[in-house]
Amino acid sequence: MTPRMYEVVARRDDLPDTVTLTLAPVDEQCPTPAIGQFNMLWAFGIGEAPISLAGFENGHLIHTIRRVGAVTNSLAASTTGDQIGVRGPYGTGWDLTRAAGRDVLVVAGGLGLAPVRPIITELFANRSSYGRAVLLVGARTPDALLYRDELEQWRGRLDIEVEVTVDSATPSWRGDVGVVTRLVERAPIDPENTTAFVCGPEVMMRFAAVSVVDRGVPAAEVMLSLERNMHCAIGHCGHCQLGPEFICKDGPVVPWPRVKPLLRVAER
Amino acid sequence: MEGLNTVGLVEVLTLDGLDDVVRVLRDQGRKVIGPIVRDGVITHDEFDSVSELPHGWTEDQDGGRYRLVPTGTDEVFGFSSPSTSWKRYLYPERTLLIRARRDNGTVEVVQPQPDAPAVAFFGIRSCDLVALGILDRVFLDREATDPTYAARRSDVFIVAAACNRPGKTCFCASMDTGPTPRSGFDLSVRELHGDGRHEFLVEAGSERGTELLATIASRRATTADLDTAQALHGRAAASMGRRMDPQDPPLAALDPDHPRWDDVANRCLACGNCTMVCPTCFCNATEDSTNLTGTEAERWRVWDSCFSIDFSHLHGGSVRSTVKSRYRQWLLHKLVTWHDQFDVSGCVGCGRCITWCPVGIDLTAEITALATPQQSAGRKGVPS
Ligand SMILES: Cc1cc2nc3c(=O)[nH]c(=O)nc-3n(C[C@H](O)[C@H](O)[C@H](O)COP(=O)(O)OP(=O)(O)OC[C@H]3O[C@@H](n4cnc5c(N)ncnc54)[C@H](O)[C@@H]3O)c2cc1C
Ligand code: SF4
Ligand code: SF4
Ligand code: FES
Repeated sequence: MTPRMYEVVARRDDLPDTVTLTLAPVDEQCPTPAIGQFNMLWAFGIGEAPISLAGFENGHLIHTIRRVGAVTNSLAASTTGDQIGVRGPYGTGWDLTRAAGRDVLVVAGGLGLAPVRPIITELFANRSSYGRAVLLVGARTPDALLYRDELEQWRGRLDIEVEVTVDSATPSWRGDVGVVTRLVERAPIDPENTTAFVCGPEVMMRFAAVSVVDRGVPAAEVMLSLERNMHCAIGHCGHCQLGPEFICKDGPVVPWPRVKPLLRVAER
Repeated sequence: MEGLNTVGLVEVLTLDGLDDVVRVLRDQGRKVIGPIVRDGVITHDEFDSVSELPHGWTEDQDGGRYRLVPTGTDEVFGFSSPSTSWKRYLYPERTLLIRARRDNGTVEVVQPQPDAPAVAFFGIRSCDLVALGILDRVFLDREATDPTYAARRSDVFIVAAACNRPGKTCFCASMDTGPTPRSGFDLSVRELHGDGRHEFLVEAGSERGTELLATIASRRATTADLDTAQALHGRAAASMGRRMDPQDPPLAALDPDHPRWDDVANRCLACGNCTMVCPTCFCNATEDSTNLTGTEAERWRVWDSCFSIDFSHLHGGSVRSTVKSRYRQWLLHKLVTWHDQFDVSGCVGCGRCITWCPVGIDLTAEITALATPQQSAGRKGVPS
């Protein structure tokens, strides 16, 4: 439960309320994270927040943080040279080994693009290990689209299909309009031979999981990353429970069939 | 023989002999904690001699009701599970997790040494002893061991006490957790009282228990003593105020949309009393604070309750915003999902949540109602 100190070595403002921090260990570093895992980031004297790994490069942790309250406001206010505490990594990761040789479908909504970003990095690093790669991204508005530059780059590549849609467009928007599930219907995949990774607001994930399964992707090949309130991240505080699951250690990444019946019950 | 591990040493002590046990434990440098009467209830605290135990008192407990009542005898253990559980001695209400100092932007973090005084639990009941074993599964998890809990738990000397007079809210017999301690103790005491007799059958359950017992003036237990103890056990098991059958029907099949959840939600105040008094409830929150200049910070872990709306807070709203969903979370966790998580029930049948619920909600009655298919659950609004 003791954080290790990291220093902010780079800061990028992604959106008016979202920043990406690159963190380097001051002293001892945390164990190497797996993609899909999260860290508890600690703002001195304010508190901790679970934040997904958005990247891991040369021992540096990359985290994208949206300001929604006391802790995330404080974390997002950090500038180069500031220190942040890190505990982790925690939880289950995106299991890319099960996707070997298969098509990979990644569906992200809003800030959900941050936790799936390492999947895209891994796909490019070992491109021949996987079949077709499809990334479907949904955002509320064009202005709320995360990692715009990177999306542009990925879109320019021939070895991945990137589709972006927004709930409500601005006059200059030339892309799709509508919910991300609409993109699932026409994603160029061989459904039976596809593994899907989904991250975004819970409602979006439920709809996305249903439409992915409707396309013919086996339900057990659909992975979701869930969010719950978390205080300890080690199964001691009880806050993250969803039925029998401690989302901090049995999740955040869970196979859809395991949580489907739980998410069907309102306020479970 | 039920509750008696006759492999260990079994002796019969007088009241003075029992006091000698306390004295030896104190001589070992232990804080001896046991049941005492204070502020109109039986609670636990440090004591020096058995004369401070609740001689002649019993508890009249029922849904939302607790009264101390004289037994008219000089029984030392004539009550059942006291108002407070023992968890606070292993898992304190507040624990300092870290202390930190910030100097010119550099942060130094210190994890304090766990504060683990040597203690003995004297007179812990069977249900509460089983509850400690349940908490062990949470805080002694091999992958995430809590340092304070581990330090305190490893050395605690346990003198258990069998119940002769279960309360009206007790249902340990139906949960298979009592009324006689079966394991997990160093010594276990059964008071033999009546017909002019006042003695204590003491069984050792560990090597250090055997060693301690061997130093106390006592006599070897006879078959007659064991028979008396067995009869007392049988009588206690048969006089439980309540019962819950955890098998029939399978609780996992409880309907999350049963109308009874709305019904209990209309009565529940979401005060969280039930979770505070429960010997197995473990949920907590972490709280950070700084000094005024922002140079020193602390993080504390404090008990929390799934009945608070903030418990499931997420940006955009709580997952469980209704009392119905929070009561359901509590009950289903205790009785159903605890099994999935820890291979054991989260309820030991101590009855405290029934007694200390200000509106007398009784989980055994709720389960009975919830286990009745909703079409036939026609008793809406009436707590049984
Ligand atoms: C596995 C996981 C991964 C996440 N990844 C990211 C990410 O990559 N980027 C990102 O910006 N956000 C992420 N979040 C959400 C982020 O953790 C919350 O937005 C953050 O905890 C909010 O804290 P706050 O104090 O800033 O906000 P507030 O909403 O003001 O919080 C108020 C209080 O509620 C509590 N609270 C609110 N949400 C949570 C929560 N999820 N867990 C614990 N306590 C909470 C806090 O204790 C806080 O004191 C993730 C959440 C989870 C569970
Ligand atoms: S749920 Fe109630 S009866 Fe069961 S162990 Fe907790 S307080 Fe005791
Ligand atoms: S069941 Fe009773 S004790 Fe528990 S939260 Fe509701 S009113 Fe309080
Ligand atoms: S976050 Fe504390 S139990 Fe999962």
